[in-house]
Amino acid sequence: MQGLKNLVLGVFAALGAGATWAEYSWSFPQPVTPIAHETLHVHNLFMVIALTLFFGVLALMLYSFYAHRKSRGATAATFTGPRNRKQWLWVLSPFAFLLILDYGVFGIPAYHAVKMYEDTKNDAELVVKVTGSQWLWQYEFPSEGVRFTSRLTTPREQIENLAPKGEHYLLEVDNPLVLPVGKKIRFITTSNDVIHSWWVPAFGVKRDAVPGFLREFWAKVDTVGTYRGQCSELCGKEHGFMPVVVNVVSEAEFKTWLDSKKAGVVAVAAKTTP
Amino acid sequence: MAHDLAHDLPHDAAHDAHHQPGGLMRWIQTTNHKDIGLMYLIFAFVMLLTGGAMILGVRAELFKPGLQLMQPEFFNQLITLHGLIMVFGFAMPAATGLANYMLPLILGAPDMALPRLNNWGFWILPPAAIMLTLPFFLGVFGVGPGAVDTGWTMYAPLSVQSGWGMDFAIFAVHMLGVSSILGSINVIVTILNMRAPGMTLFKMPLFAHGFLVTAILLITIMPVLAGGVTMVLMDRHFDTHFFTAAGGGDPVLWQHIFWFMGHPEVYVLLLPICGVVPHVLSAFARKPVYGYKAQVYGMWGIGALSVVVWAHHMFTSGMSVGGQLYFMYSTMLISLPLAVLFFCWIATIWRGSLSFETPMLFAVGFVILFGWGGLTGLVLADAAADPQYHNAYFLVAHFHYALYPTTVMGAMAGVYYWLPKWTGHMLDERLGRLHFWVVMIGFNLTFIPQFLVGLAGMPRRIPDYPVMFSEWNLLSTVGAFILGASHLIFIYNVVKNVRGGVKSEAKSWEGAEGLEWTVPSPAPHHTFDVQPIVK
Repeated sequence: MQGLKNLVLGVFAALGAGATWAEYSWSFPQPVTPIAHETLHVHNLFMVIALTLFFGVLALMLYSFYAHRKSRGATAATFTGPRNRKQWLWVLSPFAFLLILDYGVFGIPAYHAVKMYEDTKNDAELVVKVTGSQWLWQYEFPSEGVRFTSRLTTPREQIENLAPKGEHYLLEVDNPLVLPVGKKIRFITTSNDVIHSWWVPAFGVKRDAVPGFLREFWAKVDTVGTYRGQCSELCGKEHGFMPVVVNVVSEAEFKTWLDSKKAGVVAVAAKTTP
Repeated sequence: MAHDLAHDLPHDAAHDAHHQPGGLMRWIQTTNHKDIGLMYLIFAFVMLLTGGAMILGVRAELFKPGLQLMQPEFFNQLITLHGLIMVFGFAMPAATGLANYMLPLILGAPDMALPRLNNWGFWILPPAAIMLTLPFFLGVFGVGPGAVDTGWTMYAPLSVQSGWGMDFAIFAVHMLGVSSILGSINVIVTILNMRAPGMTLFKMPLFAHGFLVTAILLITIMPVLAGGVTMVLMDRHFDTHFFTAAGGGDPVLWQHIFWFMGHPEVYVLLLPICGVVPHVLSAFARKPVYGYKAQVYGMWGIGALSVVVWAHHMFTSGMSVGGQLYFMYSTMLISLPLAVLFFCWIATIWRGSLSFETPMLFAVGFVILFGWGGLTGLVLADAAADPQYHNAYFLVAHFHYALYPTTVMGAMAGVYYWLPKWTGHMLDERLGRLHFWVVMIGFNLTFIPQFLVGLAGMPRRIPDYPVMFSEWNLLSTVGAFILGASHLIFIYNVVKNVRGGVKSEAKSWEGAEGLEWTVPSPAPHHTFDVQPIVK
């Protein structure tokens, strides 16, 4: 008994230690867009319902395992179905409950969430074109004439375990995408070669980049910060090495950044034009 | 008809081995359903170990961040072969093996309806497996670009771009498809024509119903996949541009074709086990199956719905709002027939007289773990929330909770249940219990961390990962090796059982019901030369 107590205490101590690790992530990142808030809400609701159902039914089964054991002298009943009106009600009620759960509790909010997810055009203030490429991302602000590539900067030595791994190992790029806070951004995705998928978990959006086709989604980020994600459709050997990094900044900083990028475009044009 | 057929067959079962060649030719030429069933099961188990060894390589690489053991190219081959081998090499042949061995015994038939077709169906499998894996082993020895490396979903245009391992995979899929269609034809013809006199379709045990729905699904979907992979082959070598936008094609068309096969495939793997499990639950609850008709209709409901919900695998590909809503709501509908099955399974145990021999442990383990797999499917059906889970480890954990308890634990429940009938020896219960608990610990330790790391944002199919995902991956790898080790206990247990043990009576389990328990244990080479009459 003492041993068991020590074991339980040990497990709690280990969990407590775990909780203090800053990078010990096990649930959704802090949501920063309307879609991500909605998804987290649905997820939490679902988890409560699913875990309740699972452990409720499990408890029922465990009770049966205990109470209806042959070794406890249980004799088997012979029923093979509901036999009267009351039993039919008992049998049908879980299915009525499931229907309400599917098409009411989840189904109705899901309808509105899908509508919201696909509402890319209303009130969009800025368009960003995202092009997947083996194995980097290209970003373009078509109305501003700004276009650049964004590729992994984690040194090869860190990947091959020859150097200690940095804080943002595999989640750092040379040119992050910069976006203004609080503005609805319409994203258009496509690809140069195979299908990629653009995903930032904190935004709650993921959309495939399909070669030869345009796909859309939107995000309106409500908090300034740096957000990271990864390609999430297998796209060849460097699939694990094409991260997404988005810097969300204030309107003024965004303007400055955009101007510097434009200046870069002009400088390049000046150099290449005879 | 079945009645007349039975009377035309020779009655003297003791003579049958005389006219057979010995040694290897016996197995190559055999048309006996027990021989062929056994070969299917052994083949499937070898494939389980092969696919398992491959994924242990993957888990070893993911033990900690960084590239330790392999390069990404090799990693991609391992995950792809793991998927293809487990679905087409292990799970489907294992089910067909159970059907071959047990259907005639359960239906009171002398053999499968089409014995030569049966032989051919099996002997396509080993060449297909070699076809699938040969480029991998050649690649290991430095010859060629290695095996197919596109993930088992083989998404175009990646599969158009991939090396010639892809061509080998395409031909392997063709062969595996032919094999499973032949097996399915045999199952359907046997069930419809060879039942014992008096066994109407609604007196037929659930085992047969499960396999009937499965076989019809397979005949519906496998030709679609065969056509699809042929289109990829054409795109690769003859510039047909089915899946290339530049030539007027559409890469997403492949996803529709693939998932039209791929989603019902999930139920192809599940439904045979839905047929097996009620037998086991009812035997060890010593109580008749609850809601027999409801379960039959439930299985047909699942089968019918499964072919109209495929695009819920494609919510991130950019579908219209109408498409998303249709596939979301139709997917949710599947929870109803599935809930019918769960309800009946639990009601079968309820107020029985329970004992927990090894088959019962695995059957109950299946019900519990598959329950969680099914529940997590509910939130994945939500088209707006789905992108957060899709292609992340949450999805990987979800479908392993759906597939491992069914294809492995469900099949193990069946194998342990009927093993005394096959070998004539009772099981070593201590070893069986050990096997079960090692599986439970290993499985949950592997996949619970994957749910959590997926929520935190880890995509699937990556050979290396950011450091914040380290702890969960470490735990998952430890779990995977425990799970892998559990199969060694299974091998030892089966070998021990074949070599000896307490003699089994004709009816191996106290509560077992059905025609298979009326023949001696081990079942003689030929059974039911005269069909029994079922009242």
